[in-house]
Formats: sequence, structure tokens, C-alpha cells
Amino acid sequence: MTFDEGQGYVVLATLCTPLLAMFTLFFVPGTNKMAARYLAAFAGAIMFALSIYIFTAYQVGGGSSDIQMQLRWTWIENVAFLGKDGVSLHLGVDGISATLVLLNGIVAFAGTLISWKLDYRTKDFFILFFMLVTGVYGTFFSLDLFFWFFFYELAVVPLYMLIGIWGSTRKEYGALKLTLMLVGGSALIWIGIFATIHEAGLGTFDLPTLWAAGRDGTLDPTFQKTFFPFFVVGCGVLAALWPLHTWSPDGHMSAPTAVSMVHAGVLMKLGAFGIIRLGIQMMPDGADYWMPVLMVLGVTGAVYGATAALTQRDFKLISGYSSVSHMGYVLMGLATLNTIGVTGAVLQMFSHGVMTALVFLMIGALYDQAHTRDLKDFGGLAKVMPIWVIFYAIAGLANVGLPGLSGFTAEFHIFVGTFRTYPLAGALAIFAAALTATYMLRMFSVVFFGPLNPRWASLKEMTLLERASGGLLIASVVAMGLYWAPFTERIAATVTLIPGVTG
Amino acid sequence: MRDYTLFIPEYIAAGSAAGIIAAELFWPNIRKDLLAYLTALAALAWGVASLFYLGDTTGNFQGLIQTDNFTAFFRLMGAGIVVVVALLSAQYLRDRTKVAAEYYGLLLLSGCAMVFMASARELITAYISLELLSFCLYVLVGYLKRDNLSSEASLKYILLGAFASAFFLYGMSLIYGITHSTYYDEIATGLGARGADTNQAVVVGFMLILAGVGFKVSAVPFQWWAPDAYEGAPLPITAFLSTLSKAAGFALILRLFTSAMVVDAVEWRWAVAIIAAVTMTLGNLVAIQQTSLKRLIAYSSIGQVGYMLVVIAAIGWGDAEVGRNASTTLLLHLTGYVVSTLALFAALTAYYNRTGKDTIVGLRGLSETQPFLAVVITASLFSFAGLPFFAGFSTKLFMFQASVNGDLLWLVGLAVLNSFISLYYYLMVMRQMYLYDPEEGLTRFRISPVLWVTSAALMLGVVFIGSYPSPAFHAAERATETLYEQGPPIEARVP
Repeated sequence: MTFDEGQGYVVLATLCTPLLAMFTLFFVPGTNKMAARYLAAFAGAIMFALSIYIFTAYQVGGGSSDIQMQLRWTWIENVAFLGKDGVSLHLGVDGISATLVLLNGIVAFAGTLISWKLDYRTKDFFILFFMLVTGVYGTFFSLDLFFWFFFYELAVVPLYMLIGIWGSTRKEYGALKLTLMLVGGSALIWIGIFATIHEAGLGTFDLPTLWAAGRDGTLDPTFQKTFFPFFVVGCGVLAALWPLHTWSPDGHMSAPTAVSMVHAGVLMKLGAFGIIRLGIQMMPDGADYWMPVLMVLGVTGAVYGATAALTQRDFKLISGYSSVSHMGYVLMGLATLNTIGVTGAVLQMFSHGVMTALVFLMIGALYDQAHTRDLKDFGGLAKVMPIWVIFYAIAGLANVGLPGLSGFTAEFHIFVGTFRTYPLAGALAIFAAALTATYMLRMFSVVFFGPLNPRWASLKEMTLLERASGGLLIASVVAMGLYWAPFTERIAATVTLIPGVTG
Repeated sequence: MRDYTLFIPEYIAAGSAAGIIAAELFWPNIRKDLLAYLTALAALAWGVASLFYLGDTTGNFQGLIQTDNFTAFFRLMGAGIVVVVALLSAQYLRDRTKVAAEYYGLLLLSGCAMVFMASARELITAYISLELLSFCLYVLVGYLKRDNLSSEASLKYILLGAFASAFFLYGMSLIYGITHSTYYDEIATGLGARGADTNQAVVVGFMLILAGVGFKVSAVPFQWWAPDAYEGAPLPITAFLSTLSKAAGFALILRLFTSAMVVDAVEWRWAVAIIAAVTMTLGNLVAIQQTSLKRLIAYSSIGQVGYMLVVIAAIGWGDAEVGRNASTTLLLHLTGYVVSTLALFAALTAYYNRTGKDTIVGLRGLSETQPFLAVVITASLFSFAGLPFFAGFSTKLFMFQASVNGDLLWLVGLAVLNSFISLYYYLMVMRQMYLYDPEEGLTRFRISPVLWVTSAALMLGVVFIGSYPSPAFHAAERATETLYEQGPPIEARVP
């Protein structure tokens, strides 16, 4: 194992924390639920602290390159077609992944706290939950294509059981649809990987080497144009790329609260992250050629998701479609291929991550008591659950893009980038933002105000843990809305170095 | 040169087989599970003895049999499979038969047959070892003679197997007619020097040989016996069929196709590619509709064979380097596949011994009644589907990567799509285990310690190969490095 640069061990420790928690949980007796909960919360806190450390320790403009805290552990080399460094556990963070690692730390910690009250097969839940978190961390850290894909798939594996066992509405259908669509997307990535490694002929899965190959033409431009769609569509399924988004509303509707949070909050970002890592960074010529198409699909997703959310009555379906809409913005930001747009896309990944996690947390807090999620059943909740209403309102307004909250920062960057390259798309995106405001305000008016249904008079306010994890997420939303420089400078440090991304 | 010391490991195995049969003859009341443990010990001794032959590349018996690392690899794999299958059989067979010694003797003999299939460098030797394996398996499949399904399976297997042998023999004679030799390296020379007017005979010969070995590994369209034989056979023998028999088939194919037939690859590679495509697609599509777990595994293993045949097609399309890399990854994948399959059957046998159920629905609520078995079954099924942490992910990834070339990307793409389809029916099994509550009255139960340890060890193996494949990968490379170096230098024939 070699550390290319100091502090690689922090990255390794962050990756190993959920993994160790998972293996330790195997040996906790299933009847001892408290032990499992404490262990999970403890691991969540450590991950949270380490993620903050990674984000703050990332030096903008410092270090020898934009990739810092590297670690390389030779895994397989000099065998068959693999040469030196054939497959290595190459970990590290750049500006983009540093931001997303922070996101994962926040959301995963909030997720462990909110799952405290889960009482059915608690231990099994946390084992699978940490498997999911390991997969997400691993994908953000990996600088080796083999391990990147390894962790990417690992994040998908536990979802079937997480949703199938602990889910709610139509859980079997939602779980199966989600798993099959995501793994179907992976199949395309798999084919893309085979073609790329064969075409590069370097005998290595190392991503920085492959990025260099994409830049200097070792990966032929024609080849890039042919295989770029494999990566973008394959990863796009996870990023809810229209028209492959259909798993998202169904999956979110069925999933338990913590899984919805991590899933909408972080996992969907893996898809967009994959488009950056394998698409834009590895195949600049392909990206240049296909970006108009991605822009059209992104805008369609943004408008379609907002329109669909307007017609839904189930809280989770509204948020599911709203996620499709917001991920549409992310794809638009990527498709601009200019610094401000791509930076905005990553900002939006972070912003949407925390605010969607918050939304699902609030929905979960209500559903656990009310056992229904139909808008029409509610009314006047501001009278019985004022704190819940305030929390939800902040989440909703961040979705709408209210200045001072994270949504505004991100969407502003994306819209500026889009207007520079595709003005029409920019106009449509603002239309979608207006639709977002409409469905959010409609929901507020129906649920928060109006006459109180006596059925809900006995609803209790949120528990302490729910307030704590909600508060954590709100703090992130507000922090990014008011002081975004730490985020933008880190992201831009990497984005400006990506070939094909113009000023 | 007649060097009889080359076969000491097989003397041990075959001698123990005779000894075990004799033991029951003299002490008819001997505990039947004791016989199983003796067999496992004998196989262990056989494996240890074969360790002494590692690295020896010159061992050659009259040009008929080559004991190089490739042989050693299959010796170890065969010994390992026999150990596990013997352990699986201990309780299963004790509960069902009064006479068990022949069963265990035949397990060891099948192992020897596999070694000779892997080491043969001459067609008649290869054929005889193939027959030896087949005859052992015919008996083993029908071993529960009071069980109608078992007898039917055996009969079907014998009838179709006889046809396949005849095909193989016919193909051999055609190739012999053209090349005037049955030795692999002389066949290579003969095929390189043959005139263009022999094309038809050569193609027919190749196709017949392909049919013979295709039957052994149950490739479509020679797969008809497999589901019935898998379903009827005693459960440990189903494991034996889907591991040892397939591994032996691929050992023979690799040795034969990389040395003798690669010269005329143009004449057969298209057929292998088509067979691979049809095998994986049919296997996976039909598996979706199965309700019996054994039949599901039968079809899923047919799908797996399709993936492995991609490598054989790649050998036909590539040069020696591609061929060597592809063979290496095939051995890697075979190792992962064998370990995963054995883990799956260890868990299923433990479950069957306890409940007597072997349908998919029968696994209902397993995660409540026996969570450990549910985890083992999950690990092996996810390994088949190629999900990370488990063997199948890494081995399949490297196998397909080594097989990719300009002409075969479509086949690799199809293989990836197929492994995506396969996830669906594996999830259907998972659904029964995890999403449903057990039937009324079923409570948590314990399984026998032997099977617990066996399945735990195998599951660790699945995870180990999946997350750190380097040792297995290097072993596989050592095993294949002699494949292309025997005999005259091979140059592709220009048609």
C-alpha cells in the first residue's frame, strides 16, 4: 500500500467505517436491538466527522494535483492481460467528490438517527444500510474503474431487500422494478467498460490513466462517440434520466424513510457522478458530440417531473417526481459543458441531496403516525405540528429555489450556464422552476392550513431524534444557501481541469 | 517414456475407492457417514499428493498424458469437489440407502476421470476418460434406485449420453482420417498441412466433436438431459454434475481446442459463438419459468456454460496471447463458479435434510427460520448473477474482458444482458426467503455442524475470490501457461 500523498488513510478509514460496522453487526444477536442502534449511530457519527474532515482538509489549489488524499493498494497486477497497476484500490478525492462525500456523511448520519425507532429486524436493516453506504462512499472515492464499478453495483445490491422487507406501498413491485432497472443500466456500463479497456489496450483499470487516454486520443474519437451513450444511459438510469426515470417514483413510494433519504439524497447522485467520471472525464470527444441530446433529455425530465408532481396526491410520489425534475437540472448543468454549468450541476447534486433527504424525513415522521400519505386526508397541520410544518416548509422552499437556501445557489449557477449555451433550454428550465413553486405551494396550502381534520388532532410533534437529524439537514441547506464559496471553489478547482469544459 | 510415478495421486484416489468398497463388503454394518468422511479424507490425501506435482511441466506419459500445471489445477479442483460432495452426502445418503460404498467409490473414480480428461493429449485417451466419467455419473444419478425420478433421470442420461459418445467417436475418426493421427500435436500439424478439398470432412468432424463435448457441459442444443438428470439425481450428485462434470468438460475442451483445433479455428469458431449465444439465452429464459429449485439451477448452470463458451469462441478468434489470457480467465471463472455452486448446494442439502423441500416456494421464510442458510444461498445466487463482493462479479468481469475483441463484442454484450436477465429469477428465490414469513408452525431450527462449517467455509471462499481474486488469478495463469507451449508452434492455417 502506498500513499501518493498524505492523509490517504483518512479516505481509507472513511470507507472502512461502514464496512466494519456491517461486519460487526453480523455478530450482534438479533434480539439485542439497542446494541445495533448504538453501533449504527456511532458509526454514522464517525462517518459524519470524517466526511467533514475530508471536505475541510481538501486544499483548493494546494497539493500536486486536484486529486488529493490518494492511496494506492495494488490488488491484481501482472496477470493475463493486466499489466502494472492492472487493478489497484486507488482511492482519493477531488473537488467534486469531496463535496459529495460530505453530502453522504450528512445524509447517512441523519439516516441512522432516523432509523432508531425501526423495530422490525433492526440488525438486518443496519447491515444492509451500511452496505449501501459503503457502496456510495466507495464510488465517490474510487479512482480505479474496477473498484468504481464494484462499489457502484454494491450500492444497488441491498436495495431490493431494504425496500422489499421494510418498505410500504406496493413494496414488492417497487423493489423489483427499481432493482431490475438499475442493474439493467449497469449492464450497459459493463459493456462500455469492456469496450473501453479493450480499446485503450493499456492493461490497467486506473481511472486517471484512462482519462489521459481519452484526452490524448488513445481512445479514438469515433470510439468515444460510439460508446459514450453506453455510460451516459447506463449511469443515467440511476440519475433518473428521462425516459428511464420510472423506477424513481415507484421506488421512493415503497422505500422506508431512511432508504428514501439515502436513495434520493445520495444514490441518485451516483448516476450523475458516473456521467462525469466515465462520460465527460474519460470521453471528452464523445461528450462534446452527445451533449445536445443530454440537454434535451435533461430539460424534458425537469419539465416532465414538475408537471407530473403537480398532479400527484401522495406525498412520496410528489417528492419522487420532484426528484426527477431536479435531477433533470443536474443533467442540464452537465450538458452545458461550461465551468459554471457543471459546477452548478454538482452544487445541485449536493443541494438536492440534503433537501430531498429532509423532505423524505418529514414525510416519514408524518406517515409513522398517520399511516396515510394522501394529501386530501390532511389539513390544518400547522395547528398540531408547528415545528414539523416549519421544517417541511424550509425543505419545500429550498426545492422551489428561494434565495438564501441551497436550491437557489445551485439552480442559479445551472441557469446561467444554460443560458450561455442553450437559451431556449434555460427558459424552459425556469418554467419548470415555476411549476415547482406551484406544486409546493399547493401542497402547503392543502396540508398546513385550512380546517383541521379532527382525526389528526392527536398527532404528536416530531421526536427529538427527528428534530436533530432534520436540524442537521436544515443547517446544511442554509449554510450552502448563504455561504457557497467553500463549495464552488472546491468544485470549480476540478471542473476547470476537465478537458472539453470551457470557461 | 513409461513413467508410472506420474499418477501417484490417482493411485491414492482409485486405491481408496477400492478400499472403501471393500470396507463395506467386509463390514456391512459400518456407519454410512463414516464412509463419507473416509472418502473426504482420501480425496484430501489425493489433493495433498498432487501438490508435489506443482511446477512440473515435463511429466509426460508416452505422449498420451501430460502432467503439467494445468493437470495439477484440475487435480486440486477435483479433489476439492470430491471432499465437499462427500461431506454433503454423509447425512443425505445415510437417511436414504443401505448400501453406500459404491457411491463414494464412484465419486473418487469420477475425480480421476476428470484428471485424465484434463491431461489427455491424445484423442482416444480423452475419449476413454470421458466415458469413465460418464459411466460413473450414470450410476450416481440413478443411485436412489427406489426413487422413480432418479431411475428415470439415469436412463435418460445414459441414452442421450450414448448418442453423444457416438458423435464424439465419429468426429474423432473423421479427424483421424484427415490428419492420420490421434495425438493433439500431430493433429495440429496435419490440419495445418491438409488440402482445401478436405474442408467438408473437417467441418463435420469438428461439429461432431463439439456435439460430444457440448453434451458433457450441457450446451444447447445438447442440454435436454440436464434438467431431468439434475432434478432426479440425489441432491449432492446434482452438485457434482454441475461442478465436476462441467469443469471436466471444459478441461478437455481447453486442452483440445488450444492445441489441436486452434489451427483450423476458422472452421469451428462461428459454431462455438452461435452455441454460446443460444446456450446462455435459452438457459436464462427457460430458468425464469421454473418452480423446482433443482431445475432452476440446471437452467441457470446452462446459462453459465454459455458465458464460458464465449471464451472458447475468443480462443478461436484471437492469437496465442489472447487465447492464453482467455483460458486463464476461464479457469478463474470456473473456480469461482465451482465454489459458488458448492456453497449453494451445501446450504440446500442442509435445508433438504431438515425439511425435505426442494421447490422455490419451499424456501419461504428461510431468513426467519435459518438466517445463516439464507445468507449462504444469497451469496451464491448473487455470485451467479455477478454482483460485487461475490466471486461472480470479478471472475465474470475479467473473463468477458479477456474475450472482448472486435468480432466478439456482440457476444460479450449478449452475455452481459443475459446475466442481467438471470438476476430476475435469482431475485424470485430471494423474495421467498426474505420477503415472506415462514409457513405456520415453522420455527427456527439448527443444522448439522458439518454442513454448517462446510457452507460457511465455501461462502468465505465466494467472498474471498470476489473481493480479492489475485491468488486465484495467478494460479489460473500458472495453470494455462503450458497450454500453448506444447507441440509444434501453432500458426493459423490460411484457407
